[in-house]
Amino acid sequence: MAYVAVKGGERAIDNAHRWMVEERRGNPQVPDLTPTQIGEQLGRAVDRVMAEGSLFDPGLAALAIKQAQGDLIEAAFLVRAYRTTLPRFASSLPLETAEMSIKRRISAVFKDMPGGQILGPTYDYTHRLLDFALEAGFTPPAPAELPTEVEAMPRIHDILGHEGLIEEDVPSNAEPFDITRSPLQFPAGRDARLQSLARGDEGFLLAIGYSTQRGWGGSHPFVGEIRVGDANVEIVPPELGFAIDIGDLALTECQMVNQFAGSKSQPPQFTRGYGLVFGHAERKAMAMALVDRALRAGELGEEATAPAQNQEFVIYHCDNIEATGFVEHLKLPHYVDFQSELETVRRMRADAEAAQ
Amino acid sequence: MSQANPISKSPRQIWMAVLARATAADLRAHLADAPVLPGYRVLRGPEAGLVMVRGRAGGGGAPFNLGEMSVTRCTVRDDEGQIGHAYVAGRDAAQAELAARIDAALQSDLRHDQLQAAVIAPLAAAQQSAQATQARKAAATRVQFFTLATMRS
Repeated sequence: MAYVAVKGGERAIDNAHRWMVEERRGNPQVPDLTPTQIGEQLGRAVDRVMAEGSLFDPGLAALAIKQAQGDLIEAAFLVRAYRTTLPRFASSLPLETAEMSIKRRISAVFKDMPGGQILGPTYDYTHRLLDFALEAGFTPPAPAELPTEVEAMPRIHDILGHEGLIEEDVPSNAEPFDITRSPLQFPAGRDARLQSLARGDEGFLLAIGYSTQRGWGGSHPFVGEIRVGDANVEIVPPELGFAIDIGDLALTECQMVNQFAGSKSQPPQFTRGYGLVFGHAERKAMAMALVDRALRAGELGEEATAPAQNQEFVIYHCDNIEATGFVEHLKLPHYVDFQSELETVRRMRADAEAAQ
Repeated sequence: MSQANPISKSPRQIWMAVLARATAADLRAHLADAPVLPGYRVLRGPEAGLVMVRGRAGGGGAPFNLGEMSVTRCTVRDDEGQIGHAYVAGRDAAQAELAARIDAALQSDLRHDQLQAAVIAPLAAAQQSAQATQARKAAATRVQFFTLATMRS
């Protein structure tokens, strides 16, 4: 297929962008929005752009949201493009999520979980009624505070694991696959799948996760635990030779617990799906955990029949930047492709008429 | 900041963690209470880059690449011969450069105690206080279950 360069749109494009910039600014009588305001007051949008942009930097994500007029996929695209301009200094030591400082931590399977059920700043249990006080502008009351009790917060598999009733983690220090450095191959390892899902589109993962609940590869999930908070990031720079703590990372982790009938090699036990996402992103972490578990079908000897269990289907389609690129490229000139197809249809019609 | 046990950390690891969480403005404000830092030469940076953050499958299993975070690093040699390093989350070049200078000076026996008292101790206290406030807010949202008495006899 031949491509033909088409020239002549430069002035139109320049003027289109000038208009876009004016539209983005909106009514100049209304104060300009700052990235700091976006960062402070639209935190969940910032979290989503960081997760799907695969770059933890709240300031950059806020700027991207402003630049994209709140189009979060476009903002994630801007963040992904920016990350390619920076060198990678190091990989971190694996995060110790068991030692996160906790803002929120709940379990739907154990009421009296050691460490307790901590609701944190949540929209759960709100009535989903529009709050017109926000329109008027109001100063929120200070949150309540209570003395803290020093109590360990074990993970779900640390509680049930010793009875063998729930799958335990198999520790390893294997070097993980990196989808940003090597092309994906199928079947993909769980490391490559988790990396893909962590930056996957929340809406896509939500729908695929939901499909498993509705019977398309059902695995009967329970929320073992959700925890939201900050974890230390540590790296070992070669010039120092010891681990240094470079700052905090806001995270949401979800441990989904699923029934498992057992196999020839394994007695019946609960299995687990895992979700880990930048920022406060419970819906995404839960969806990721559902999909992670569904994608383990092969490893657990389950028949893969549903879309959620199909690695290539899920992994190749969960990235909204790639999906946007391929869907939106259809807007670009296809004059020659279409001309050739037009010729083909005309010829087929002529042939069909001649045959009658 | 997590609740990792600080006892297992060296003094340098502890002060580097504190510096990584302080803004350039915080550092400048506390440096005003300490003797002027020695002159220095920048050996590297300050430069912005990335760290690939890793998690573990299931929380404790095999590592996987979660995503990247922005990091700024800087290395300096001060006029007293100490080499200071900084790797700090974010893109604040001024913070990284000050953190590297303070890291260098803290390694000097002559300067250590004053800098520790004027810069590191108050910043560490402020960071711990912020964490304690968050923990108290979390504690206030802890569910206190109670069992309703049934009416059946």
